[in-house]
Formats: sequence, structure tokens, C-alpha cells
Amino acid sequence: MGNINSKLNFQWLLKMAWRDGKASLSRLMLFMASIILGIAAVVSIQLFSDNLKQNIQKQSKSLMGADFIIDSKQEPSEKVLAIVDSLGVDASEVNFVSMAAFPKSGGTKLVKVRAMEGQFPFYGDITTEPAAAGATYQRLGGALVDATLLLQYNMTAGDSIKIGELTLPIIGALQSIPGSTAISSSVAPTVLIPFSLIEKTDLLQLGSRKEYQYFFKAPEVNLDALSEKLNPILDAENADLDTHISTSERLGKRYDNVSRFLNLVAFIALLLGCIGIASSVHIYIKEKLKSVAVLKCLGASRKQSFLIYLIQIISIGLIGGIIGSAIGTGLQYAFPYILQDFLPFNVEIIISIQPIIMGVALGVLMSVLFALLPLLGTWYVSPLEVLRGAEDNLQKPKYARIVVFVTIAVFIFLFSFWMLKDAVDGLIFTAGIFVTIAIMAGVAHLFIQLIKNYFPSSWGYTKRQSLLNLFRPNNQTMVLVLAIGLGTFLISTLYFTKDILLAKTSLENKKNDANIILLDVQTEQETALLKTFKSKDLEVIDNVPIITMRMESIHGRSVSDMRQDSTLTMRKWVLNHEFRVTYRDSLKETEELIAGEWIGTATPGKPIPISITDNMADDANLKVGDKAVFNVQGVLMETVVSSIRKVDWTSMQINFTILFPTGVLENAPQFNVMTTYVPTKESSAALQRDLVQQYPNVTILDLRQVFTIVEDILDKISWIINFMAFFSILTGLIVLVGSVRNSKYQRIKESVLLRTLGAKSKQILEITALEYVYLGILGSLTGVLLSLVGSQLLALFLFKEPFVPSVIPFLVFLPGITFLVVLIGLSNLKSVLNSPPLEVLRKEV
Amino acid sequence: MSNILKINDLEKTYTSGSKKLTVISNISFEVEKGCIFSIVGPSGSGKTTLLGLCAGLDYPSSGTIELCGTRLEDLNEDERAALRNKEVGFIFQNFQLLPTLTALENVIVPLELQGDKNAAKFGIALLEKVGLGDRLHHYPSQLSGGEQQRVALARAFSNKPSILFADEPTGNLDEETGEKVIQLLFELNKEAGTTLVIITHDLDLANRTQQILRLKGGKIISNEKTRTI
Repeated sequence: MGNINSKLNFQWLLKMAWRDGKASLSRLMLFMASIILGIAAVVSIQLFSDNLKQNIQKQSKSLMGADFIIDSKQEPSEKVLAIVDSLGVDASEVNFVSMAAFPKSGGTKLVKVRAMEGQFPFYGDITTEPAAAGATYQRLGGALVDATLLLQYNMTAGDSIKIGELTLPIIGALQSIPGSTAISSSVAPTVLIPFSLIEKTDLLQLGSRKEYQYFFKAPEVNLDALSEKLNPILDAENADLDTHISTSERLGKRYDNVSRFLNLVAFIALLLGCIGIASSVHIYIKEKLKSVAVLKCLGASRKQSFLIYLIQIISIGLIGGIIGSAIGTGLQYAFPYILQDFLPFNVEIIISIQPIIMGVALGVLMSVLFALLPLLGTWYVSPLEVLRGAEDNLQKPKYARIVVFVTIAVFIFLFSFWMLKDAVDGLIFTAGIFVTIAIMAGVAHLFIQLIKNYFPSSWGYTKRQSLLNLFRPNNQTMVLVLAIGLGTFLISTLYFTKDILLAKTSLENKKNDANIILLDVQTEQETALLKTFKSKDLEVIDNVPIITMRMESIHGRSVSDMRQDSTLTMRKWVLNHEFRVTYRDSLKETEELIAGEWIGTATPGKPIPISITDNMADDANLKVGDKAVFNVQGVLMETVVSSIRKVDWTSMQINFTILFPTGVLENAPQFNVMTTYVPTKESSAALQRDLVQQYPNVTILDLRQVFTIVEDILDKISWIINFMAFFSILTGLIVLVGSVRNSKYQRIKESVLLRTLGAKSKQILEITALEYVYLGILGSLTGVLLSLVGSQLLALFLFKEPFVPSVIPFLVFLPGITFLVVLIGLSNLKSVLNSPPLEVLRKEV
Repeated sequence: MSNILKINDLEKTYTSGSKKLTVISNISFEVEKGCIFSIVGPSGSGKTTLLGLCAGLDYPSSGTIELCGTRLEDLNEDERAALRNKEVGFIFQNFQLLPTLTALENVIVPLELQGDKNAAKFGIALLEKVGLGDRLHHYPSQLSGGEQQRVALARAFSNKPSILFADEPTGNLDEETGEKVIQLLFELNKEAGTTLVIITHDLDLANRTQQILRLKGGKIISNEKTRTI
């Protein structure tokens, strides 16, 4: 009997939820719309992350092109070569960055030369145009040149390319090669040449940064065991073994970080939607309390009344979750297109069910959580309301409210923790959200208080009326300021952040800042080059000698010994790094002494006094007075840290981690780095052409070109961020429409009453328009100002860049958003202004 | 004849800050089963407070209420709701129909709460009886005041209550419509044999009931039988 009753009861609850809901369908739809986009954003990112992980796992071999690689940033030692030989190398490569010249067009370009031997890759493909070129270029003794580069210089297969002293025919256009992305090859596009021709380029000389790679095809080998066995030996020889598994794991982690960031942006959209839900449900339930009281009079229990509305909210969340998940799934097909330049492989779309289920569950959970507070009202409303109609008598369930608040906070923390995989980051993110919301709410509250305390009683009727609307019962001031403010905050922060990032690239316009850097200038070329500059009326800004060296021992302990020490607290890169060091007798304006004493000249017979940067001091656990021995191409030099410097790395100058005094390294094998400023693009191209012809080994970095590429990359990144922010902004707009629509039900009676009492359309319009102007300005101004503070903090602590705020958010976003708010607000009034009062009252209330 | 409602030494006090406001005190009376009983008094005399307490919608500060043989102070909120659903009917001055439900859906809510499968059939019959057979699927906003009160009447009788509380049932209606609603109320009551407690300030209406309780300043000033209808 009990079962039948409870079954009937549940059916009745469903029926009542539907009956009640269908009469308010348009409003419920609006609640639903608030979360759809947030869910869509979260699901799409989750699905795409899953897709990336699965694709990386599936394609891990073809991402590397081999089972494992041994690589070294210097000419491999005998020991390394012996290991490589014993393992039976299948293909090898030496790569370096160099200038390439195109005799047909006379153009020059910094490229990454990859000299290959053997049929690499063993997995995946080199895609070329013509298709056969990948298989024939080695036999034909020609080059495969990056397809975009060929397009830029209007060249095709059959033309020639000059690398160093070697001119060779272009066999085909290189479209893709395992492990390379459009972004990674944008600064120095790839040129593939046969290894047998490398000697003829005459570029493998001292000072060139080169990398040796040995590719192995060994599907049966236990890669973990191999890596464990060989890596310590290879480490000691400054070489490294990478397996396809470790590489794909690294790649997966890198994309994981990106997904996490995008996930947070998506989560913000969802939270914004939830604030919309909370505010809409608050008004919705408030209007339903009378009905709930009637139901209780007729014999419905508290649980039954509560469940009717809970079922409605669960249904909204469920349907919203399903629609959001469906949209999120559909968006999968857009992501490979949006992210194509950042992905080193083609993404095969696989729809996994887990993110979809998560989306639906999230839809239900978030809706219920954020609606719970207003829903509690149905539990506590007394049936006596029917007789009294005194809402003020409504009990405020203090403890239940605290429990709901805490649950929401815990949920937000858990979700962000799950996404960020770090408790502290999750806590900071959660706190950040609450602080932002608290500030917005505080501003709204303060504004209301200010109006109350300093009410401009002398103002005209309409102006006063519109101000009064901001703090009357059932006002939407708080919610609208939150929705408008958060939306504006997001847009402005994105705008300011892009500004900060792009500010770096605009440095190129500063006169006297070098925009051409010449690397690998040999000592014997120095005089001739200086002459060339003089003949072109160019001033050499910097001419710095560079000597390469490695650490031999620190504090009397050998580096090879330290490498084996698992308890070592210092950063290990110090032990393996090839340092590029210069010598001079004075500090530059970009350097600031923070400890010790600067000594510009060495004293014979004493340890050499060197200066190191603060980060080097931290990483190597070195302080003033500590001793270190450097291996300068076979010669050991005993040094002592005499000073520690702070260096402004963001200045466009050549800076060094380690600085030697004069009187020591003058005769060591060295090369120079020169910088100059070239006023125009054309003169830069002409200079590069001449230099490549005369000094083919010299690498030229054209900062103007690099800036353009960086700007292009930033544009692409900001497009992705904007794409995700779009969800937040659109959700913000929906919440805005929802909140304004809710206020319609509050305001319509008043407007009709005013109309009945003889108010003209203009007066009603003015009251409403002004109310939304106040709200729009307050919300968007708070958002922009908060974003200004946020961006300043980002600039200071994250980007470490000066921040000069743009006026665009103030001149465009603020009036634009305010106008939008007024427009949405006024759209509510159409029915009031065009129909007789009684008709409106009957229809709308 | 047994009493369906027994009120003993009832008092209701509201506290506002440090001030105490006693709305009703020393209220004791009984209502016989099947009787038509009226409570009259000027505005602020405590009529509505008394009705709320009698029907278990509110809690007294002191005193006892026995409704349909059950002491209300022994019941929690949900047990009171269950008692109302089984034994009590309501008619309110401003109808109090659920605005999102049609006329028929409004009428059958009490029956559906009981799990009655024939609720719709019975509801249609009731609406036909009050002359609204052609208005079954209209929403309250599509009905006139008189029609809404007739729907409320049908709803009040739908669960075959032992006792029906009517709070100013004609307060929001014009004289003619009000009279029609009262006629209908008495007819339905006669048919169902329900006890009727009417709260009104209309003395003509009160004079048509069997017993009148007069309130003033929260106290009973008289409780006398009139004539049998």
C-alpha cells in the first residue's frame, strides 16, 4: 500500500511539476539557456582533451617517427657513438639554424636545416608535394623546403636553395614531418637535405648551435628498461635518450596544461550561468510561494511542495545538460580547425561518453546547487501565507543557508582542483572567483546605500523613480551588476592581457634598439663585417665575443659525480648546460649588482673573479666566494663568484648568465654576436642578401620578422582564448536577458499602474531607460576597473611587463555594454506601451 | 451530537522586538458536527487568526485545539497537512487558485494528493455541478471572479471534507455574484453534510448560519445559536 502510494505520489509530483512548469515554460527556458553554453564549453574542452590524449597515445610512434631517439646538443663523444653503433642506428640527423638564400628571387631566410641520413620516419609520413619527393630527395641530392616558405618566396620544385656554401635543387615542398607544428616551424621553417651534403655547406663549425639525432626502429625493445639503463651513461656524455612513449607523455602534459586553462575559462562561463540560474530561480520561487502555501493548505507536505520545484530544476538542468553536451560534442569538429597550427598531428575525432555524462551530471548538479537556496523557501513557507500574504514572516533558514553556501564553495573548489590537479591552485581559483563576486556585490551594495543615503530628492519625477527602482523590493540590481560586471571584466581582461603581450613586440619601433642580430660571426670575419656595416651607413650597436664552456666542478665536487647524486638540491641543468659566456670590464645599464663586488679585470695567479645572475645563483646553489671550475673547450679554469647580478632580460640587449672579467678569455676560441638597427624592411632584406652571400655561416635574426611571427602566434592564441571567452560573454548576455526578463515581471505591474494613472509612454520609457543606464554603467564600470586592477597584477607578477592600459575598454566596452543593457531593458516595455493596461495585466501577471 | 472542533482557552501572541501583541485570548468554543457556524467581528478582531489556528495553519501561544478528534498540538507540520487533506476544505476571500493550473487541475489537487485515480472524473462532475462544465481547461486568469470562486468551491468539496473553513467567501465579489456563490455553498454543504465555519463581517450572511461567534479585540463577546436553516 505504501509502495503504491509513494508511486502515485511520485507520479503526481511529476504531473504537478509539469503542470506548473508548462505555464512558465518561457521563463524556464531562459534559466536553461543560462547553463547550456557553460556546459557546452566544458564538455567540448573535456572531449577535446580526451581526443588529444587518445590521439597522442595512438599516434605516439608517428609523432616521433621512431621508437626512440638518442640526441646530443654537441658533437657526440666516442662513448655516445659506440652506444649508437651498438644499438644499430636506422637513421640519423644533424640540425642547426642557418641562413638560406634563394638565388631566383634573391631572398634570404632563417631556416632550420635538417640533414638526414636513412629513411626517416619509420612511423608516420613525410608529406610532400610532389608526393614522391620525400622518398627521392636523398638519392637526388636535393632539398625539401617548407611549403609555406616556398609560397612566401614564390618558388617551386626545380628552383634552387643556397645553404652556406652549398647550392642544391629543391625537390619538393615539405608539408609535414613527424614532430613538427606550424607554430614551431614559423620562426625557422624546415629545410631537409641529405646528410651526405652537410660537409659541403661548411656550416658545421665552432659556435654553431647544432643537434645530433639518432633514430632507432626497435618495436620489440623494452623501452623503459633501455631508457633506465642508458640515460645515466648518456647524461654524463651530455646526450639524452627519448622514447616515443616519454615524448608523447610530455606532449600530452603540454596540451593538458592548455586544456586546463581553457577548462577554467569554460568553467567561468558555467558559473556565470549558475549565477543566472540562482537569480532567476530566486524570483521564480518567490512568485510561487503563495501557490506553495495553497498546496500546503490543501494537504501537501513540505517534502511534496519542495519536490515539485526541485523536479522542475532537475529537469531544467538535465535538459540543459543534454543540449549543452550535444552542442559541446558538435564543437569537437571545430577544434581541430581552431587549433590546427598548434597540433603536430591530425586529430581523429573520437566521441567518448565520459565527458558527455559529466556534462549532463554537471548540468543537473550545478542547477540544483545554485537553485537550492531559493528552493529552500518552499520548504519553510507556512500555509498561513494564504491568509496573511506576509512574505516577511517567511522563516530564514540560517543553518540550511550556510550549508548550501559551503556546499557550493566546496563544489567549486573540488571541480577546479580536479581540473588544475593542484589543491593550492584550485584554492586560489576558488578564492579568486569569490573575491571577484564579492567585490561586484559589494560595489552594488555600496551603490544602493549611497543612493539611499544621498537620495537626490530635487531631481525630476522620472529620474527619481528610476533611481528608486534600484533598491525597491525584488530589485535586480545585485544580479544585473554581477552579470554585467563579470562579463565586462572577462572581455576587458582578455583585451588588456593581449595588450600586455603585444607590448613586447612593439619595442621594435624604438630607435636605437637593435632589430638585426648576427650570430656565429667568426673572429676572422669581424673586421670585414664591420667594414660592410660602415659602407651601408649602419651603426654596430653591440659586438660581443662569445666563448662556450661547461661546468667541470662546483665547490670542489666534480660534475660527473654530482650527476649521480640523487639527493642533490641544485637544478641539474647547470651540470649539463653549454654556457655561452662573454668577458668585459664593466656592467651595462641592464645589469644591477645585488651581492659581492664587480671585478672587471682578472689578476694572474688568482682564481678568476666571475659574476653570475641571481637565478643562476639560486639554481646552482652558489653564493659570493664560492668556487667553480669551468671547462673551456678542454682548458680548465678555476673561478670564484665575486658578484651576483640582477639582469633585465626583457630589454632588447644581449645578456649573459655568466660574465668573465677581461684578461682571461681573449685568446680562447670564440665567435661574435653583433647587433645593428636597420630602418626599413627593404634595407634589412638587402643587408641580409649581402651578408648571406659574403658570410654564409653567419646566422641573421631579423627581429622585425620575428615580431611579426610572434604577433601572428599571439593573434592565434588570442583567437582561441576569445573563442572560449565567447561562451562566457554569451552566457553573460543570456543571464542579462534572463535577469532583465525577470525584472519585467516585477516592474510590469508598476508600469501598467503608472499607465493607468495617466503616465505617457515617454515617461515610462524614460524611467526604464534610466534605470538600465544606471545599472549598465555601474556594472560595466566595475567590470572594467576590476579588470584594470587584475591586469595590472598580471603584468606585475606574471608577465613582468609594464602595463599601459588601453582606453578601448572605457571608450568602447563601457558605452557598448550599457547600450546593450538599455536595449534589452526597453524591449520588455513593448507590450506595456502598445496594449491597454488591463490586457497587459491579465496576460502577464 | 458530537463536536468536530473543540477550542479551549486559546491565545495567540506575536512578539515584535521587545513588544508583545496579543491578537486573541481566552477563546473557548465548540462546533457541532454538521453545523453551519459563523465567526463575525470587525476588522482586526482576530477572525482570520482564529481561522488559521482552527485549521492548523498556525500554532497557538497557549490553549488547545481538537479538530476531527485529533489534538493539533500533537501533530507536526506534515501530519497537520495530511489531516487537512483528509478532513478539511478551504474557501478564501481571494479564491487562492493555483494560477498555473487549469480549473479542473485546481479542483482535483486534494484528491490527487490522496492518490485517487478517479480524481478527474469526480472533478469534472463537481465543476459541472457549480455550472462550469464548459470551463474545465481554463486558467484562473481566464475566469471571472465569480467563476474563480465557484472553482474554489468545487475544490473545497472535492476531498469530501468533514469540515470546511470559508474566509470571507464573498468579500471579493459583487452582491449578486456573492449571493449565488453562497447559495451554491449551502447547497453543496447540505448535500455533503459537511460542517461549515464561515468567517465574515456580513451580518446577513451570519444570520443565515446556525451559530454565531462574535469577536472583538481578540475576545469572544458572544456565542449564540440562531435558527436552524
